[in-house]
This record gives sequence, structure tokens and C-alpha cells, in this order.
Amino acid sequence: MTVKTLTIDDKLVSAREQDTILDVARESGIPIPTLCHLDGVKDVGACRLCLVEIASGSPDRPNRLQPACVTKVVEGMVVYTATERLKKYRRMIVELLFSERNHICSVCVANGHCELQDIAITVGMDHVRYEYVSPLCEVDITHGLFGVDQNRCILCTRCVRVCDEIEGAHTWDVAGRGIGARVITDLHQSWGEARSCTSCGKCVLACPTGAIFRQGATVAEMDRDRSRLSVLMTAREKREWIG
Amino acid sequence: MELAELLDIAEEWQKAQKPIRICCCTSTACQPTVSLAIKQALEEAVAAEDLEDQVQVCGVGCLGLCGKGPLVKIEPDEIVYEQVSPDQAPSIVAALKGETSAASKLEPEHPFFTRQMKVVLEHSGNIDPERIEDYIRVGGYQALYHALHEMTTDEVVDAMVSSGLRGRGGAGYPTGLKWATVAKSRGERKFVVCNGDEGDPGAFMDRSILESDPHRVLEGMAIAAYTVGADQGFLYIRGEYPLAIKRLQKAIQQGKRMGLLGTQIFETSFNFRVDIRIGAGAFVCGEETALMASIEGGRGTPRPRPPYPAESGLWGYPTLVNNVETFANVASIIRNGPKWFADIGTEGSKGTKVFALTGQIANTGLIEVPMGTPLREIVEDIGGGAPGYGSVKAVQTGGPSGGCIPADLFDTSLDYESLFRIGSIMGSGGMVVMDETTSMIDVADFYVEFCMDESCGKCVPCRVGTQQMHQLLTKIRSGEATRDDLDRLEELCDVVRHTSFCGLGQSAPNPVLSTLRYFRNEYEALLSDHDVV
Ligand SMILES: Cc1cc2nc3c(=O)[nH]c(=O)nc-3n(C[C@H](O)[C@H](O)[C@H](O)COP(=O)(O)O)c2cc1C
Ligand code: SF4
Ligand code: SF4
Ligand code: FES
Repeated sequence: MTVKTLTIDDKLVSAREQDTILDVARESGIPIPTLCHLDGVKDVGACRLCLVEIASGSPDRPNRLQPACVTKVVEGMVVYTATERLKKYRRMIVELLFSERNHICSVCVANGHCELQDIAITVGMDHVRYEYVSPLCEVDITHGLFGVDQNRCILCTRCVRVCDEIEGAHTWDVAGRGIGARVITDLHQSWGEARSCTSCGKCVLACPTGAIFRQGATVAEMDRDRSRLSVLMTAREKREWIG
Repeated sequence: MELAELLDIAEEWQKAQKPIRICCCTSTACQPTVSLAIKQALEEAVAAEDLEDQVQVCGVGCLGLCGKGPLVKIEPDEIVYEQVSPDQAPSIVAALKGETSAASKLEPEHPFFTRQMKVVLEHSGNIDPERIEDYIRVGGYQALYHALHEMTTDEVVDAMVSSGLRGRGGAGYPTGLKWATVAKSRGERKFVVCNGDEGDPGAFMDRSILESDPHRVLEGMAIAAYTVGADQGFLYIRGEYPLAIKRLQKAIQQGKRMGLLGTQIFETSFNFRVDIRIGAGAFVCGEETALMASIEGGRGTPRPRPPYPAESGLWGYPTLVNNVETFANVASIIRNGPKWFADIGTEGSKGTKVFALTGQIANTGLIEVPMGTPLREIVEDIGGGAPGYGSVKAVQTGGPSGGCIPADLFDTSLDYESLFRIGSIMGSGGMVVMDETTSMIDVADFYVEFCMDESCGKCVPCRVGTQQMHQLLTKIRSGEATRDDLDRLEELCDVVRHTSFCGLGQSAPNPVLSTLRYFRNEYEALLSDHDVV
């Protein structure tokens, strides 16, 4: 295994060759906000919150912005994770997310246990200056145990990946494009009719917001034990069940 | 197939040509149904005049001046008749015997023709795109023979590098370098992909090349495949281009039948199979990683790069992705040598560029000029200026990723660097001319709305940011916006540009930024709190 050394926020850190910037930053206790990242499933670089600045090494060339979750470490790399510019961009990205659908926390099952809410606090996003887009969104409670409220979905695709990569069912996918994109079950059937769903509940654990919920949960009640998911995924990665 | 055979076919077809050729454009822009009727009427008129042993009527590809179609060209005089209808056929044929024709004609000295330089379009409008023999007649597939028999793959790479050719798909990445990378990449197999998605509104360069000279693209792909070590190629063509697809299918069949595609090409161990994949018309599928996802049968959304397709592309194998026009340059470079190519154009931008000239301009159509041509020459000489008494206000280049160039910058040379410096891009070659009645904010909003509709929805800044930009532009256009809204718009442009995942989002603010740069007063005049002085 080759070891790489790099600088993150003026701190010298060492990393394994295949590590991403996010991996090293986390190990070194440097916080980088993320939303679409979920330990144990493939990263897609979609939410753009984990963007970091990579020094260009020359005053004539601007620093590059790269998502930490999918960018591999390079020897000698100089990374900044919390410049004023990055903080502003992160705040605006969260603001855009809040303007997209209906995120009225006070009536949400996940209030107080929501990663989007946490991120908003972390990046200091306290009001939305854009007009709300408020597209028409469905709520599907045809599944016996769970439900999905598209109003709360931020299209992080964590449900899609966990279902495909960990459960192997590939019940979830994305349909439509742009502002009209929606997560769907099977071939855009209702969740209750989606035959591939094994009702394992991994998507419920994976969802960062109140979009996928356990039925019966009321406002602010949906505390989910994500550690259950991470135990499963660590075990899988480290092949703890084998031998 | 051996070289001697190829040359025989060329000679035979040359001999079969009659002294006078009447060429009818049968491309999409000239409405193939009308032009086929014209062709038939011309054939009948030739028969009626008993000229069949001297005159031949043929269907050809695009003649360039699409706005004045349907077009008919007489060879060898190079006279072009415009807006031809079938009932004019007898008079066009009569004119061959010296009578004056009723059809309106353009002389070959017309600046639209004389100011151009044709490399990629050299055979467009001269050969029958549905006959491989006609392509062979003008030297087709000799470059492939030459590459296979007389050049090592390293020599082809060197030729491409020293030609200075840069990708015509938009980003202008050096083609030789890309080929070298794919050639070096290790993989059990490799692929060559031709990007014919052409999603920019107003652009039709690639469609025209494919419809007018499909074998040229296939020959370029075959040379590329030999060079990088691929045995399979895909042509990704948008479904809106049925005629291009039909002609390519025909061209592939003909190539296979003659042993110019398929197995053991030119009696060597080189095999190359080409398949067509039809896109469903999403702009983002022109982005190379989304395009590959689409070919693999997945949802057409971009994935992170690196790894670049050159290392890990289709199904994880090294893949070369080039644009239609890029491939269309290859055979010419091999045939005439890289130096010939490098002598055309400017220091950093070699060769020629095809543009689709549209909008408020007298001569709309497809043109090809050397890189470095001043924009003014295109607008005023080739394009003939604004129609009627209007004057040209600005030119938009680069489609939704590009910007607007105001009239006082028309002396700018058309090359990658100069265009970038003034806030636009070369892009794939769309060029929309606007006259003084055009509101630049409407133009900016048109492109932003296009990007909003075409956003794949994967990343937040593009999915929601373009939506918010469009809402703010609508507000500005309605006269209800304030200075705060304009600030907010500029701030959004900055975040969308720097944080979006792929080129679509990253360049979506360009039309707004460039109109703000040159036409800021138009925005400010519409603000409700604009102080009138
Ligand atoms: C949103 C988007 C759309 C694109 N559309 C096209 C296209 O229609 N045709 C094309 O050749 N390249 C397109 N590209 C560029 C391709 O990703 C790629 O760079 C190109 O095909 C490479 O070929 P070249 O090196 O020959 O230019 C697009 C890129 C982006 C980001
Ligand atoms: S339902 Fe939840 S996990 Fe799935 S994409 Fe939406 S926010 Fe992400
Ligand atoms: S920039 Fe737009 S098109 Fe590109 S990945 Fe993001 S949402 Fe999709
Ligand atoms: S966590 Fe990296 S882009 Fe979302």
C-alpha cells in the first residue's frame, strides 16, 4: 500500500492511495458537509456540498473546486475545505434545496432528526431568498410499512444506491429530468405494487430527510438508527460474515 | 479489397460521370420530399430534351445556402439555382443550351461561395451520399488504406498531434493527445464512439455532414479505431435525425459489402464493426459520460471524471469519444499530410470550422471557414448582413454554453482563445445573428430556459439554480424586478457556474454573463427601481 501525504487546511495529513479527500478529512477530524454521500455505497458527487478548493499551485490559475467525496488524493495536494467562497456556495446550495420543494420542518416526521436541517444549521442557512418552486409532488403510502413523500426528497439517490448495491433489489430509481425528476419504485408503479421491494427498510434508514418514512410515525418522531445501516455496511466491506 | 480495386472503382465511376451534372440537394434543410420531386422533374426534362448522354441528374448532400433552398447546382459551371420548384425544371434544363432560365440563380462569384474554404464539406453537394462508389470516386477510403498499410499506429498518432486538430464537439481538446492516451491505455478491448448528439438549438453542422458525406465520418472512425486498437465503434445519433440515420445505415452496409468495414479490412488483420445507437434527444446525452451511460442502456446522466473515458469508458474499457466533425477531418489530414492542415488557421486553432449560420441574416446556411476568420467577414460578406434595412446587433456563438458578441467586437478572430477571451466559446459551431430589434435579455432567458429543461436533475446547482435563474429573468422581463433581484441573479450565475457537476450546468450562466457584460443597460432599464436620469 502506498501512502500519500497532502495538506488539508494547512494541516499535513497522510492517506492511503485509494482514499478520497473526504476519507482523509474525516479521519483527520476535519469536517466537510455532505448529503449525497453515504458510507458503504458508491459516491455520485451529486449534492455538491462537499466541494473543496484544490490549490492550483500558480497565482495565474484559479483554484479548482472538486467534490471531496469522489476526488482521490494526490501526493502533495493542497486542499482547503472552508474558505469564504466555499462557505458561501454551500449556503446557497442548501438555500436552493430549500426553495425547491416543501421543507416545512414543523410538520415533518423527521423534524429534529433530519440531515438537511442539520446541514442548514451547519452552513448557516437561516432564510430562503428565492421564490419557492413548489412543484406538484405525490405522497405514496401504498406500501404496508413505509411511505414516501416526494415533497421532502432532495434527490440524493441514497435510497436508490442502498437498495441496488446493498439489498440488491433495485426497487428505486430516478425518472424524469431537471426539476421534474422524481424517485420512483419499480417501473413507476406505486410502492405497494413494486414487486421487487423486499420491505427490508434500508431506504428508510438511508434517507437523509423525511421523504421516506415508517408509517405511523408522526411529527418529529422519526428518529432512525442509522448505525444499523453502518453496521451492516462495515460488515459487508470488511467481509465480517465470511470465514 | 485491395488498393488496385479501390482505384479501379474510382476510375470507373469517374468515367461514368457525364459532362454536365445537375446536382439536387436532398438534405433535410432542402425538404427531401420537394427536392426529390425536383430531381424527378429535372430527369424528365433532360429526357424530353434528349440530353441524357450529356447530362446527368444526381441527388447530393447539402449545398450550404439552406435558407434559399431547395437548391440545384450545375456542374462544371458551379451555378446554383435557389428556391427551385419542380415546374422550373424545363427552364433549368433549357438554360444548359444557352437560354435564360426562369429560376433565380446565384453566380459562383457570390461571396457566400468565394469566402469559404472547404475541408470537411469538400464533397458535400458534390457526391451522392447514398453511393459508396461516389465517395471512392473522389478519393474515399484511400486514407484508410494508407494508414493501414503504410503507417504504424504511432505514426498516425504523430500525424494527428502535429496537425494540431482540436475536438470540434465544444471543448477543443487536442485530438492527437486523446488518441495517444487511448492508444496507450490497457484494456482487453477498446471502443471508438462518434458523438452525433448535436443538441444545441440552431446547430446542424453534424447532421449535415452525416447526411451529405457519411463515409467520410466512417473512414475517420476506422482510422481512429486502427490507431487506438479498437475493434468496435458506435455512432450515437439523435433520433431527430432520421435521414442521417438512414444514410449511415446504408453507408455501413455498403462499407461492409466492399470489405471497407467489418473483418480483415484491406486484407489486414484489422477488424472494425460499427453500430448505430439512437439517442432520445436529451441535450445532456451529448456529454461524453452521459452518452456512454445511454449507449450502455442506462439513464443518461453524467458520472464523475476521472476516470476519463480514455481510461475507463464503455463497460469500463478504454474508449475514444470524438465529435462528428472531428472524425470528418481525419481522412483529409492523413491524405494531405499534417503540415497541410497545420498551415490552415491560427497558432492555437488549426484547420477550418463549420458553422451553422442562422437568425436575422440574409444568407442562412452551413458555412466552412479557416479558423481565425474575423467574425465580420462571416456576418457581412458570407452572411450578407441583416436582411432588408436592419442592422446586426450581436452574434451568439456556442449555443446554450456560449455568449453574445456585440457588433463592435466583430473584428474578433474566430479561434478558441479569442472567443473565450470575449466571454463566448467556439462551441460546436452554432451561430445565431440578432438584429437591433432583439432584446438581449430575451436571448439570455431563452438559453437559460433551454438549460433548465435539459438539466438532467442530478446535481442541485443546475437542477434548482437554472430554475431560479429563469424565474428571476422572467421577473426582470416583466419589469417587476429590483436591483436586489439583479444582484441575486449574478450571484446565482456564479454558484451555478462553479459548483455544477457537468458542462451543462457549468456553462448555463454564460449567455446571462455575456449579455450582462455587453448589454447591462438593457437589464438595468427594466428594473423597477432604475433611476431615470
Ligand atoms: C452538456 C453537454 C453537451 C454536449 N453535447 C455535445 C454534442 O452534442 N456533440 C459533441 O460532439 N460533443 C458534445 N459535448 C462534448 C462531449 O462531452 C465531448 O467533449 C466531445 O464529444 C469530445 O469530442 P471532441 O474531442 O471531438 O470534441 C457536450 C458536452 C456537454 C457538457
Ligand atoms: S427519497 Fe430520500 S434517500 Fe431517496 S433520493 Fe429522496 S431524499 Fe434521497
Ligand atoms: S450540471 Fe445539470 S446536467 Fe450536469 S449533472 Fe448537474 S443537473 Fe445534470
Ligand atoms: S457528498 Fe460529495 S457531492 Fe454530495
